[in-house]
Amino acid sequence: MAEMTYRDALKQALRDAMAEDDTVMVIGEEVGRYGGAYGVTKGLYEEFGPDRLIDTPISEPAIVGAAVGAAMSGLRPVAELMYVDFIGMTMDQLGNQAAKIRYMFGGQVGVPMVLRTQGGTGRSAGAQHSQSLEAYVMHTPGLRLVMPATVSDAYHLLRQSLRQPDPVVFIEHKALYTMKEDVDLAAPAPEWGKARVHRTGDDLVIVTYSRQLHHALAAAEAMARKGVEATVIDLRSLNPLDFDTVRAHVERVGRVMVVSEGVMTAGVGAELSARIHEECFDFLAEPVIRVCGEDIPISVSVELEKNSVPTAAFIQTAGEKLVGLRSAA
Amino acid sequence: MTAPIDTAVAEKVPRSNTGLLALYRQMRRVRTFEERVGELFVRGQSAGSMLHLSIGEESAAVGVASLMRDGDTFTTHHRGHGIFLARGADPNRMMAEIGGKEEGYCRGKGGSMHIADMGLGHLGANAIVGGGIPAVVGAGLASKREGKGAVSIAFFGDGAMQQGILYESMNMAALWDLPVIFVCINNQYGMGTRIEQATKGRALHERGLAFGLNSETVDGLDVRDVRAAAGRIIDGARGGTPGFLAVECYRFFGHARMDKSPYRTPEDEERGRAKDPVGFARKALVESGESSEAVLDALDAEIAREMDATIDFTVAAREPALQTMFRDVYAPGEPEPESVAARIDRILAGD
Repeated sequence: MAEMTYRDALKQALRDAMAEDDTVMVIGEEVGRYGGAYGVTKGLYEEFGPDRLIDTPISEPAIVGAAVGAAMSGLRPVAELMYVDFIGMTMDQLGNQAAKIRYMFGGQVGVPMVLRTQGGTGRSAGAQHSQSLEAYVMHTPGLRLVMPATVSDAYHLLRQSLRQPDPVVFIEHKALYTMKEDVDLAAPAPEWGKARVHRTGDDLVIVTYSRQLHHALAAAEAMARKGVEATVIDLRSLNPLDFDTVRAHVERVGRVMVVSEGVMTAGVGAELSARIHEECFDFLAEPVIRVCGEDIPISVSVELEKNSVPTAAFIQTAGEKLVGLRSAA
Repeated sequence: MTAPIDTAVAEKVPRSNTGLLALYRQMRRVRTFEERVGELFVRGQSAGSMLHLSIGEESAAVGVASLMRDGDTFTTHHRGHGIFLARGADPNRMMAEIGGKEEGYCRGKGGSMHIADMGLGHLGANAIVGGGIPAVVGAGLASKREGKGAVSIAFFGDGAMQQGILYESMNMAALWDLPVIFVCINNQYGMGTRIEQATKGRALHERGLAFGLNSETVDGLDVRDVRAAAGRIIDGARGGTPGFLAVECYRFFGHARMDKSPYRTPEDEERGRAKDPVGFARKALVESGESSEAVLDALDAEIAREMDATIDFTVAAREPALQTMFRDVYAPGEPEPESVAARIDRILAGD
């Protein structure tokens, strides 16, 4: 066991993958000499050289497009998109090319690439550098979507993403890079595509992922002090989506909140809510509650930004309303 | 090549890609194939109406493809039948793909605009203008690492000259000295918009020069000129200097099968169709004595039979089985997406 940051766990995953497989290469803006805008690749350029860490001009569509062509040609590229907010720039290469090539070409070839990026609030970075755009990706068949919330998952899920036969969009959270955790990287990796139940309680289920896991756990602890016990599920990946784990706990408990930093409308929370309503209808004591980002852009103002997305206190309040004030019992 | 050729020629026509007769043969195959694509559509056997014929652009396809080697890769645009055929595609499997049939290159899932074949290095046709261009940068990175001199070529039309992705890709190819070539087949039209209505900068190779690429514009009338220019550009790329080639052509027919070209007059079309690389090559073969009308008629008839057979092949081919619909969204062995019907039944089964 060793204490490690989320950032260093990601770097270690890249380092181990690159050492193990010389087709793995990183391509993106500032990934080499600079070491990555958030420092994830710092030091790897010195270790692996300019052919494995390719600094690019500011050309997001061509970065992703080049990764697609490289992946079709026997390499295993890790394209880095500095902010997920730039994903719109790349959406043709990601959504029309990477996601569909295996299918359009009748299974002749896959696109085993990883698009690493980061999103979310927490740094007063404004409306174009703070978004949570995972729904754009989840809405596109053919793309895997991974969003690690813990240091251990940052390592293991990135290693696993680099072994996938299909394109993976790997979205880190900018507020988690300095988070520390004791991890044992030699420990067996979690099963790919499997959610993790961090806490089990009988009063409500909180389904979440990425940084909101930590807010949900804090809210659950606060509720526990008032005698309300929550189950907290971290989905880890949104594609594949481990709905079996969600279903098992929803059917047991009957009250559910879906917590996500992305805006509410037509978002990940909407999809989860719809599935839970459809598949667990007979087991629900209350409607599924979406605790999501407000349907607004993100402000630079610290206070406005913080309150644009769920906070631990907000999740706690919503949870208490769900189990108490509106309880049918 | 001056040896006389008798009329039982078709099998004897050299398949090496060097002489004008061989280039003519490939261009005629492209043109006849495209004509059959039109027939397939008229007969209601095509899987879609999105059929973009490359008639008038045969010299670009054949001139460049005749210089490609094993290991080279390429992407094409939506008007790419000729390029793939010239590179050695099986016309039966091409036509079957255009018809959306199981026997097609992509098992009926790709069609005209998404045909591909890893065996021939075809990394895919593309229905997004410019969409296939950056893939050659990635393929070029892989080729450079491998060091065997393989090139990767992006083919696109003049419409893509106004797409930003082209310039991002040209810049990267030049910056990293990649064995990559950008071939613009300038047929003068982006759908219904003439190039004069799309850009003031019509010396297209100047854009390549601006990024440090070997760049030329060549008239597409004489396939030998196209081949010579392509040879210079491709040789440069094999040596690590990427290139750009614009081939000036004329799109004989509308943008797609339903387009009756209301934006141009019959006189415009007559003038444009004077730039006919197939007719020009034929005339040159006869006038030089390299071939004769009779020999070429026999060759054309043989090609017509070959391409007629593609329609029979396609009509007889199978529709893909319905359950293949969920296959190849993800890799083999991964769970396939659940169908809407199956999900509904599963949800309601509990009631």
